[in-house]
Amino acid sequence: MGIIVDKNTRAIVQGITGTQGSFHTQLMLKYGTRIAAGVTPGKGGTQIHSVPVYDTVEAALEEHSANASIIFVPAPFAADAALEALENGIETIIIITEHIPIKDVVNLMAYAKKVKATVIGPNTPGIITPRECKLGIMPAHIFKPGGTGMVSRSGTLTYEIAASLTRNSIGQSTCLGLGGDPITGLNFIDVLETFEKDPQTKDVVLIGEIGGNLEELTAEYIAKENYRKPVVAFIAGRSAPPGKRMGHAGAIIMGKAGAAENKIEALKSAGVKVAEKPSDVARLLGKAC
Amino acid sequence: MKLFEYEAKTILAKYGIPTPIGGLATNVSQAREIATELKPPFVVKAQVLVAGRGKAGGILFSESIPEAGKAAEKLLNMQIKGIPVRSVWIEEKIQIKKELYLGITIDRVNRSHVAIASAVGGMAIEEIAAEAPEKVIKFLINPHYGFHSFHARQIARKMGYSGKQLVTLGKIFEKLYHVGMDYDAELIEMNPLAETFDGGFVAADARILIDDNALFRQQEYKKRLLEGESELTPQELEATRNNLAYVKLDGNIGVIGNGAGLVMATLDTIQYYGGKPANFLDVGGGATSERIAAALNIVLSDSHVKALFINILGGITRCDEVARGILRAKEKVGVTKPMVIRLVGTNEEEGKRILTEAGMHVLESMEEAAQKVVEISKQ
Repeated sequence: MGIIVDKNTRAIVQGITGTQGSFHTQLMLKYGTRIAAGVTPGKGGTQIHSVPVYDTVEAALEEHSANASIIFVPAPFAADAALEALENGIETIIIITEHIPIKDVVNLMAYAKKVKATVIGPNTPGIITPRECKLGIMPAHIFKPGGTGMVSRSGTLTYEIAASLTRNSIGQSTCLGLGGDPITGLNFIDVLETFEKDPQTKDVVLIGEIGGNLEELTAEYIAKENYRKPVVAFIAGRSAPPGKRMGHAGAIIMGKAGAAENKIEALKSAGVKVAEKPSDVARLLGKAC
Repeated sequence: MKLFEYEAKTILAKYGIPTPIGGLATNVSQAREIATELKPPFVVKAQVLVAGRGKAGGILFSESIPEAGKAAEKLLNMQIKGIPVRSVWIEEKIQIKKELYLGITIDRVNRSHVAIASAVGGMAIEEIAAEAPEKVIKFLINPHYGFHSFHARQIARKMGYSGKQLVTLGKIFEKLYHVGMDYDAELIEMNPLAETFDGGFVAADARILIDDNALFRQQEYKKRLLEGESELTPQELEATRNNLAYVKLDGNIGVIGNGAGLVMATLDTIQYYGGKPANFLDVGGGATSERIAAALNIVLSDSHVKALFINILGGITRCDEVARGILRAKEKVGVTKPMVIRLVGTNEEEGKRILTEAGMHVLESMEEAAQKVVEISKQ
């Protein structure tokens, strides 16, 4: 169970021959993720960790069946790789690559919307349904199966909080990173909707940060739709000054918009418990359910 | 990356958008020379990348060539918000009948570019939107279909124009869209776009923000960013060269961590315990010992730093690499300031062993480490 990926997910890895692609393919295989094939243009016919490599997604899918793709392709070529997967009928793509130009992402997302595909990322640590499927770069040992769904805009902060949940015997249904860029394929609301329908998920942890107004819109959604599962949030960037990008391209306060206080206030008034420090999330979850 | 006004105007002119006639000067005699080619009155504008230039006295008006020279001299000896003015742009003053706003930026929620227009220009678009939301026209651009002349004409009509002016304004807006796409602008705006008394339109001011991620295909500007003048502080520039994300803040606790979210949370935690972070520094994923050493160098070059907090959660980053980087930097730069290190994750044991053997103390909890560094910073 969990959402988006589970034990039935079969993936291809685009950019499998690169340093990151190769390294993480090995770790994903070790975790038990089913990887059908790899794709790197020009490297067709070779093998990486016993996974056959093809020049194109089309060629890979002539020999294997797959319903997901994880992309490690360098930024200048990543949007092209994602479109290749989508046009060949892959339904779920996870883009690990960071620094993809925004114009390329805009084009890609418009096409993904048209073919109704799910895009996680770009600039995401990926997605994990503990003990079933890991399509991402997160350290596997900090997760354990359970009933808490996690959705986040960041990578290592998610690990910090996931590890703290696991230490406190709170397991996870699925954890996924939306990505740290201004434009991502999924937003908090999309994921909350999916978690609401998932019987394994009992409550949800939402990890937001400064920049944009996704958290505010999510608060509005939670209040308006009377969201049925308890939500605990942490918002990073309370101490961030306006006008400076805090590492993530999407994490910037413009004027008054995007500040942490706005987001925290909005979430609180929608009934969401907001943690002051990462370690408070586990404590608040204990109280929430 | 922010472009200077003169860079933005030069690009707009290249695409056939009317801009005031002018030139760039880095000294007074050059400024006078440019003025002799122009028709008075003139506007002399400091070329700096900080906002609020006008209010800070960075725009001067002059009626004659000697006056323009004096204005240039005054500006070139001036600092705006701490940034010295290195060049001025001198242009013919436009007789403005009305100030408009035209811009294109990114709509995060709708995942597309959005064209924004208003018949009330001259102030920040956020202010216009707050004061008179009904006067802001927004049009979401379909990325596969693009922004066409007719879209631009429809917007011009909504702004209250008709006939020849509607056609002219439409053409300008369509050209602005092409500049935006060709230069990978995450924001491009003419504010104000001036309507003149003869019914024409001129870009009185222009702003272009290039998407940093697209700089690999905007080489001319990437070169200027790395080699020439930019809005970056020396530390920020050094960080950019090393592919590190660094932001200077005004406290005294230097911070290094991996992952933007974790570093932000680290700064928040320091603040929560009453300390003041001196910077944000994200070494990114899979940082090598060289990058950790470069990061230490940058953080320590800020003289306000009293203590250091290194917070690493190893996913793809290996703790032993981080530990070696810390030792290397310690040797090379001679780190004398107290360091609090929190190191967990991949190859944690090896990392801890390396540091402990070198006489350093490694903590496991981020909050414990934050409290400790705050305590040291207050001694």
